[in-house]
Formats: sequence, C-alpha cells, structure tokens
Amino acid sequence: MSTQSTRLAARFMVAPSVILLFIWMIVPLAMTAWFSFRLYRLLSPDRTGWVGVNNYVWFFNSPDFWLALTNTLLLVGGVLLITVVLGILIALLLDQPIKGQGVLRILVIAPFFVMPPVAASIWENLFMHPQNGLFSAIARGFGAQPILFLESYPMPSVIGIVAWEWLPFATLIFVTALQSLSSEQLEAAEMDGASAFNRFRFIILPHLTRAITVVILIQTIFLLGIFGEIFTTTQGGPGSASTTLPYMIFKQAIVAKDIGRAAAGGIIAVILANIVAYFLMRGIGRHLDA
Amino acid sequence: MGKIQLRQVRKSFGDVHVIPGLDLDIEDGEFVVFVGPSGCGKSTLLRLIAGLEDTTSGVIEIDGKDATHLPPAKRGLAMVFQSYALYPHMTVRKNIAFPLKMAGMDQAEQDKRVERAAKVLNLSSYLDRRPGQLSGGQRQRVAIGRAIVREPAAFLFDEPLSNLDAALRVGMRQEISELHQSLKTTMVYVTHDQVEAMTMADKIVVLNAGNIEQVGSPLTLYHNPKNIFVAGFIGSPKMNLIEGAEAAKHNAHTIGIRPEHITVGDGPWEGVVGLSEHLGSDSFIKVDVPGLGIINVRGAGELNVHHGDRIRLAPAGKIHRFDDKGLAL
Repeated sequence: MSTQSTRLAARFMVAPSVILLFIWMIVPLAMTAWFSFRLYRLLSPDRTGWVGVNNYVWFFNSPDFWLALTNTLLLVGGVLLITVVLGILIALLLDQPIKGQGVLRILVIAPFFVMPPVAASIWENLFMHPQNGLFSAIARGFGAQPILFLESYPMPSVIGIVAWEWLPFATLIFVTALQSLSSEQLEAAEMDGASAFNRFRFIILPHLTRAITVVILIQTIFLLGIFGEIFTTTQGGPGSASTTLPYMIFKQAIVAKDIGRAAAGGIIAVILANIVAYFLMRGIGRHLDA
Repeated sequence: MGKIQLRQVRKSFGDVHVIPGLDLDIEDGEFVVFVGPSGCGKSTLLRLIAGLEDTTSGVIEIDGKDATHLPPAKRGLAMVFQSYALYPHMTVRKNIAFPLKMAGMDQAEQDKRVERAAKVLNLSSYLDRRPGQLSGGQRQRVAIGRAIVREPAAFLFDEPLSNLDAALRVGMRQEISELHQSLKTTMVYVTHDQVEAMTMADKIVVLNAGNIEQVGSPLTLYHNPKNIFVAGFIGSPKMNLIEGAEAAKHNAHTIGIRPEHITVGDGPWEGVVGLSEHLGSDSFIKVDVPGLGIINVRGAGELNVHHGDRIRLAPAGKIHRFDDKGLAL
C-alpha cells in the first residue's frame, strides 16, 4: 500500500480537503491581521488608514489587558485543576459495580448538554442569587450573611460554573480509561501488598496519564475562548475584575465598535494560544505516544 | 513453609454454587495441579486460596493459621496470572521490585533480590526494558520473577502457559518444574491441559463442577481412576469407554480401555479406520467398530493402516470396570 504511485495518489486525493481547510483558516487570520494594523472604527467610517502597531500598543498599555490575560490563564488553569481532580474521583466511584450504573452515568454526563448561557443563567439565578439563590438560602438557614458570589468573588464564581460544565466531559473520558484497565493488574498489585492508595498511585494513575493528557489538551482549546458564561453572569465585572481576553476583544468590537483594536486583540489571543499549546505539548504531549 | 488446608470451602455467586463444599490438603513443598474442564471452578478455587474472592463458608488455613478472612497481601502467597498482569508503565526491574517496594524494603536489599531473581530467570539483560518490548516467554518469566522475589509461602499459577505457543509452552513447563526443584516451595497450578498436569504435578486434583473427583499422583490417576470422569479426562488420546453387551461380559456397566492397550491385527472386534495420524514414533487411529462406537487406538512406531482400511482389534492389557453410577469396580 505504500508504493510510490499509491502515495502520490493519496496525496492527490486528500489535496482538495487540505487546501479547503487551509483557506478556511488562513483567510480569516489574514483579514484579522490586516485589520489589526488599520484604523477601522464603525462609528467614524470616514477615517481610515494604516496606523502601524498603534492598536497593539493600546492593548499593551491598557491596564485591563494584563488583568484579562491573568484572568484567562486563571480560568483555564482553575477549571483544568478542578475537572481533572474531581473527574478522576467521580470516575473511580462510577467504575464501582453498583445498581443503576447506566442511569447514573447519563445523569453525570447531563450537564455537558446544557448550553453555556443557560448553564450560567441557572447558576446565577438559582444558586448564586443573593435573594433567591439556594446558596443564600442555606447561608440564611445558618444565620449567616448570604455571600455575594458574582460581586465579591467574580472569577472564582465563573471558574466554578465553567468547571461544572466541563466536569462531565473529563469524568466520561476517565471512566472509559478506567474500564480499559485490566482487573488482573489490580489484583496482582493487591497480591503484591499494595494498599488501596498505592494501587491508585502506582497502577491507576499511570494508566490514566494518556486520558489526563487528552482532557487537558482538549479542554484548554475550548477554555481559552470561554465567553458566554462571563457575558451572561458578570459582564466582565465588577469593574474589569472578571474580564478575560475574549471578553475584552468582544468589548472592543461590539461595545466600542473599534474593529482595528479588536483585531489586534484577536491576534494577541492567537499568539497566546500558541504559546500555551507549545508548553502543553512540550510538557505532556509525549504521553500521547503509545 | 507452605501448607494449605481447605475445610468445607463453599463458594456461590448468587444462586450459582460454583464450589459446593470441598476439603483439600496441600502439603509443604508439593507441586499440586488443579485440572478440569472449563467452568469446573478450578480458577475460582485458586482465587479463593489467593484471597481475591471471599469464601461463602468454610475455612482456609495456611500454615495452620486461619486465613479465611485475611486480605491477599497478608497471606504470604504470590500469584502468576494468565495475562501475566505486568505493570506496563514500569521497567522489568520495577515490576519485579514492586512487591518489595510495597513491603517497604530498603533499596539495597531490593536491588540484590531483583538481581538474583533476574539471574535465575535469565532476565538480567532485559531489566531496563518495559513489558511491551518483551516476548511472551520473557513476560512470563518477569511475572514469575515478581512472584519469587517475595519468597512467598506458596506460588499460585493461574493457567500461566495458555498464552504461549506450543514450543515455548514445553520449555516454560520444564523451567517451572526446575524452579520448583530448586526452590522447594509449595506450588499450586491451575490448568485445563492434562498434559501439563501429568508432566509437572506431584499431586493432581481433578475437578468437575466444583467437586473433587479424585486426588492423587499422576500415575495413580492414570492407572487407577476412581470414576469414569477421571478415566476420560486423564490420558491422551482419551480412554475408550464402552457400554452395553461388551461391558456386560466383564460384569460392568461400562468398561474402559486405554488406546495403547488395544492391539491391531487379530481380535474379536472388526471396524473401519476413520482418522489415522502417523507421527513416526506413534500412530493414532480412530476405528469405527459397529456396536462399540469409535475406538481410539495407539500403536508404537508405524502402523501400516490408513483411512478406509478394514482391520481387526483386540483388547490387550488392563480393562477398567465401572458400575452404573460411573464408579470404578
């Protein structure tokens, strides 16, 4: 199957889709890069022209930018930490032989099917709301002051909401990984005198490394672009306390109607994503090899 | 020390009684083989001894101490699994050292024991490889190495050779036998292959549907099977079991004749040769004798008979007699 002619034919056959995908990617990217060096404000369409790196300079000088960058990384890191740790623990529980396992698994996976703005609304109004929320009712039940989640702890609240949405995904991957662990390995470890914790530490956790890597890589891609949850709940506030890079770009593009600056922000976000991807692949990418 | 005693051990999974109550003594230093057809409960019995399954009732004693409710690690037994159950992310060295590490042994002693085990098992040059880079036979040896470093009271083998090809199986069989000779540790070995049982065992335990059919040395079982099941299970090709008028001549419900105890040439039985296998050293033929059924015959050397030949057979040698309940008379 790998003679010269078949390889040539294969390249020829996949070429159309590769070219299409390349155009799909490069045209928006090139346009964004183009706009990012131009003065392009929707409110003053008559003023246009090249402005060099002014749009970028504005971003780097904006006090919100560094906060947004930190918040973006906090969001990614926080959600990854919560989903991986809790995901493994829940997966260990779900892997036990229990009655109603099938139904239970569907229930655990359910939050993943709730779309982000809906999930955020549910959390905002049913759980975190200072008057109507479940948490405030519990707090009042103990005679305490209700916590103003979105006002006092905006970033942790957003991280919590996003983690709730992504926990099922992580759990699902870990459960399937656990099912592929041979029970004889665990029994052998048990015979070898390994305690439950040591079996987890030396057998189960190494077995899960590849699954953990997959979860981290996939989630990072999606978490870097989280927008809906912030838009629905805190609107990036109070002040700019929960503004992330995507939200800041949104504010430039839709609120300030400055396409040039938003495009510059977009390019910065692309560069950030590539830096994160580089370090991720260097750090944990080797676990993907068989 | 490695004396294992089972007293009225029973095991049920729900309504299924896998082992309906069983007594067995395994002496120190013995090589005991559990043999029986698939689903006879031999692996379950081994797992009960190992502690990987809970007994439904009954007592398991190891070296005179009640071990029925001890966790596997506290029983001082080591097990070699059918799939070898090596830890794929650890090197051979770490695999073998794992039980020592879990026991909290210091590093120098660990290294010493691993080196010694590796030397015995010819693994010294593979210590830094991972299980995935080893052949089936080497993996098998690593699994055994992991078992011997602990210096257990007894070894438990769960069909350890069934994943190997035929040639390797014969080699590993000899290696395990030699290991037993040099270590003199109790070994309990589960197999469905009666050849393995016959060649390796000091004592064979024939199991059928969770019951012990007979316990004895390989040759005792071969020459004096207690019942039809053992007679049919031990020995290859299978013993010929004949019922009806021919058996009645010997005052029995069923008679059994080993294939090598039938001669070809002159005799009372006449039949047509079906399958004939010529191995050079032996010839195995199946003869369809009207009224008796298919008769297995084993002749030493070359028998000049082929498919479709009409030949005469005569019983020559021991005839085993069984009553209508299948017990030997």
